[in-house]
Amino acid sequence: MTRTLDYASAINDALHTVLREDEKAFILGQGVDNPWYVGTTAEGLVDTFGRDRVIDPPISENGMNGFAIGAAITGHRPIVIHPRLDFLLYGLDQLINQAANWSYMFRGQSSVPMVLWGIVNRGGEQGAQHSQAIQAFFNHVPGLKVVAPASPYDAKGLLISAVRDPDPVVYVDDRWLYDLEGEVPEEPYEIPLGEASITREGSDLSIVATSYMNVEARAAADELETEGFETEIVNVRSLTPLDEQTLANSVSKTGRAIVADGGWRRNGVASELSTRITELVFDDLVHPVQRITVPDTPAPSSGPEEGAFYPDADDIRRTALDLLDG
Amino acid sequence: MPQLPEGTVEGTQETGNLKPACLNPQNMSPPRENAGISLPERLPLRLYAQMVRIRQFEERVAELLESEEITCPTHLYIGQEAVAVGVCEALDDRDHVLGNHRSHGHFIAKGGGLDELMAELYCRETGCSKGRGGSMHLIDRDVGMLGTVPIVAATIPVAVGAALTAKMTGEDRVAVAFFGDSATEEGLFHESLNFAALYDLPVVFVCENNYFSSHLRLQRRRPVEDLSNIADGYAVPTKRLDGNDVLEVYGEASEAVRRARAGDGPTFLECVTHRWRGHVGPSDDLDVGLRSQDELDYWQARCPINRLENDLRTHPDVEEEALDSIRADVTTAVEDSVEFARNSPHPDPDSVTDDVFVEPL
Repeated sequence: MTRTLDYASAINDALHTVLREDEKAFILGQGVDNPWYVGTTAEGLVDTFGRDRVIDPPISENGMNGFAIGAAITGHRPIVIHPRLDFLLYGLDQLINQAANWSYMFRGQSSVPMVLWGIVNRGGEQGAQHSQAIQAFFNHVPGLKVVAPASPYDAKGLLISAVRDPDPVVYVDDRWLYDLEGEVPEEPYEIPLGEASITREGSDLSIVATSYMNVEARAAADELETEGFETEIVNVRSLTPLDEQTLANSVSKTGRAIVADGGWRRNGVASELSTRITELVFDDLVHPVQRITVPDTPAPSSGPEEGAFYPDADDIRRTALDLLDG
Repeated sequence: MPQLPEGTVEGTQETGNLKPACLNPQNMSPPRENAGISLPERLPLRLYAQMVRIRQFEERVAELLESEEITCPTHLYIGQEAVAVGVCEALDDRDHVLGNHRSHGHFIAKGGGLDELMAELYCRETGCSKGRGGSMHLIDRDVGMLGTVPIVAATIPVAVGAALTAKMTGEDRVAVAFFGDSATEEGLFHESLNFAALYDLPVVFVCENNYFSSHLRLQRRRPVEDLSNIADGYAVPTKRLDGNDVLEVYGEASEAVRRARAGDGPTFLECVTHRWRGHVGPSDDLDVGLRSQDELDYWQARCPINRLENDLRTHPDVEEEALDSIRADVTTAVEDSVEFARNSPHPDPDSVTDDVFVEPL
């Protein structure tokens, strides 16, 4: 049975599911017991599961990540919530030095089943320190898995999979997805990590998109269709592990690829995906892979500058037309 | 307690009165005299044996470092044995400890094997971390040693997390974080105390104050030399201990563990002690002027093992032979561990990408 849910409610559904099915799952969420909390994702959690399992901690991002590691290595399943990825930067020591390295440096004798849910909570004139999309940082580190849902269906399935996963998983969320609606099954389900999805089929061009950029990709594809081009959209969904097969199949078929990611350009996720595509299907490419990213600058605050800063469907469309022309 | 002569602890490269407040006899717990010790059954001999194991093991490791048979960076625990042993004897296997780069003593005191530890220093496959960790990344979950890492203060919140789950499940197990004085300068220390105190978590924070952070003395790192007030802001009870008196450490640790098990929350134990060797490796750092011979002599005169041994030798229930026998057994065990390590295989280079995740991607 499915029903139409908005993205935020799908996350809420996933959180209720995982806390209900596993008594050792719990939340360490900064701001989770807050009437102004992001969307409806935390609705009903404190009332249903109590403050012993839905903890709104002091402002201690690195400490939080460390408490979660201690909980994870003693048999529990913590979900750490950083309402902005920018704040998570305080906690990179525990995330990278400890959580990511833990299994390796103890040769598999101990593992860290934790979820680090961070939100790209940008726009709205919030400026440079409330807008950073730093999934590339996490994706660079061996020992971390990284997922980025792009739909309500993704949101619930990937969060359930992430919580059930035995390794540290960074769940990269984006506030701009929260009003999206889609069909979401009532029962629990998993989207296996390492599985991308083709959300639109086409033979002229592949747009490989992460997270919110899937929304812009769809709008661009609609425009391109009126101009006679059929666009395939690959929703990456899982950055590490990466579904190389789906990427390769798509770009092998179309010969042209645009990678669209909301992070910075230099050393970004788009760079990694572009390189992987080139390695996999170089002989089938008729054009170098193009990247659509934010520019290499911090995020501005004013509306007009934000408009110039964030890439949109039009940027994708113009790049696509260059590719299709050449 | 002998008075420390003025000026004795001034580093040879430093000027001014740098005598740490912690060495001011007025700030130390009263010395333990011989009389009046009640000996719980066999406990003092166990304390003695554990400290001797650590001491002999570490001194053998120092020799192997000097001969470069062991080449991984090693931070020796010589001189601080009473802290690890006094605390760990107050714990059971179900209790958890986490440590740092100077954790050979914690590993042994919690019940880790000499063979597995020596093999890990040789980075062999039979080591406790199967050759992956070396001296600075130790683990033995069977005895409750959850892990040691060298990032300063890094395992303090991990211990708090282990205490959090104990409270969540209603188990009466306790978590202990071992760290040095410089860890109290890290934000993580404060974040951890705050959270643990807020939620009355069953964790004991054990600070081994040897007043050195690598090369830098406490007075050059803090405006307030005395660490005994540092936990007050979090309403965490503090005990400032003679870290070289294993019976005092054991007594206070037992009380802290009792409090934790009873749901009364965390305790901060400041154990004043000294490391006899330098920050890393076998050198005593006298040659680079980080401390003086007089300073080292002062602390060696307060050797935790000698102090307990003196108490034990004069106690009517303890036989001289028992102590001799312990020392001889330890010598054999340490040599056995060296042979074990030498004869152990290196990890297979083909396994270099294994265990990044629980299952390979």
